[in-house]
Amino acid sequence: MSILEVNNIQKSFDSVTILKGISFSMEEGESVSIIGSSGSGKTTLLRCLNFLESADEGTIAVRGETIFDAHAPIPGPEEIRRRRLHFGLVFQQFNLFPQYTALENVCLAPKLTTPDPDIKAIEENGRRLLDQMGLSDRMNNYPHQLSGGQQQRVAIARALALKPDILCFDEPTSALDPELTGEVLKVIRSLAEQKTTMIIVTHEMSFAHDVSDKVIFMDGGVIVEQGVPGEVIDNPKEERTKQFLAGYTG
Amino acid sequence: MFATVTLSLLEGFLGTIKLFALTLLLSLPLGLLLSFGSMEKLGVIKYPIRFLIWIIRGTPLMLQLLIIYYGPGIFFGVNIWGGSPNGRFMAALVAFVINYSCYFSEIFRGGIQSIPVGQYEAGQVLGMTKKQIFFKVVLLQVIKRIVPPMSNEIITLVKDTSLARVIAVYEIIWNGQAFIKSSGIIWPLFYTGIFYLLFSGLLTLLFGYIEKKLSYFR
Repeated sequence: MSILEVNNIQKSFDSVTILKGISFSMEEGESVSIIGSSGSGKTTLLRCLNFLESADEGTIAVRGETIFDAHAPIPGPEEIRRRRLHFGLVFQQFNLFPQYTALENVCLAPKLTTPDPDIKAIEENGRRLLDQMGLSDRMNNYPHQLSGGQQQRVAIARALALKPDILCFDEPTSALDPELTGEVLKVIRSLAEQKTTMIIVTHEMSFAHDVSDKVIFMDGGVIVEQGVPGEVIDNPKEERTKQFLAGYTG
Repeated sequence: MFATVTLSLLEGFLGTIKLFALTLLLSLPLGLLLSFGSMEKLGVIKYPIRFLIWIIRGTPLMLQLLIIYYGPGIFFGVNIWGGSPNGRFMAALVAFVINYSCYFSEIFRGGIQSIPVGQYEAGQVLGMTKKQIFFKVVLLQVIKRIVPPMSNEIITLVKDTSLARVIAVYEIIWNGQAFIKSSGIIWPLFYTGIFYLLFSGLLTLLFGYIEKKLSYFR
């Protein structure tokens, strides 16, 4: 069974249609990269998966359980919270909580959302995650004391702390200086090696090529082409994909 | 004479502090509620509250004091406050609480709306409830941002309490002025300024301390 099945997701804002029927599926342990120019609907798709937007049409199923159906009655807030935790989301702008240290940022949600939380275990897990992100000496620093790359790695640890089935990245390096991009990509690459199920919206073409099991090219709210990176990036069939990738060579 | 005046002014200043402290205590939570109301999507809640804020911010506090104290008697024929000092104090307190709640609500609204939407979204995708996001993520950031405008408003409140004199609430200016009639001296009135200065100096130090305490994050 596929870990994620997205079927015919459509979304409009006022009269502007952003997503015109997106369908794809992915298997457990896969990394899927979504590429495409700005305004193609990549971010909106991620936001629909994470319940930050509600699609007008379509269904989303995780491990066979339908967690979103545009035509079903809207579930209560408690149920939405349970369903959205299938996904984790790493934002372009990190969105760390400024008044909490790196470790507190990672531990806050598990402490608040677990009934009867085991504080010690949560903090231990938080330390382990930050250690895995290469931040063992930064655990007690506040976000403003960290570089952009370090902040983004804290944000990744924070998302992982809730053990999501699928971790989503929304252009995780777009707000970073080129020299800080590498350290974040390295962490995502190691997550891919550990078979973390991930959806990565990115403009880093060579990175997408290296880490993804599948690449989806979106344009104008539709999936133009999808397949293994060797096809979509190296040998695109569609004219629109070729045009888009031409902007990245050289 | 100096000791007599000082004692009398101190007594009056107690009235000032009482009005100040009770106003603050009641109008801070009420102001927070009003700010939520003024940000509500529902027009039936939002527009009446914004209308009230317009009325209160658009008219002098002195006028509001007079209307609240004399209004019930004039318009409905019942003087709900009674003529006792306590009744007059209650009327003044109600006027001050309504007035300051409206000003505070606008400061809260500004603070709350200045928090980037990404903070809420981060809380949401981490499975937090609305309440948790507000109290555990947003509130402290709001407090940090509103300390400077709040300290302004609260120091203004210290001095605005002197307006309660128009409905004969005993506070420090009232007591200072009484010496003009009783002893023909005006300096006790000027002397009251020292009390205001000392108290607002104390508040300035307190707000400086809070600001420093919250400077550990940005």
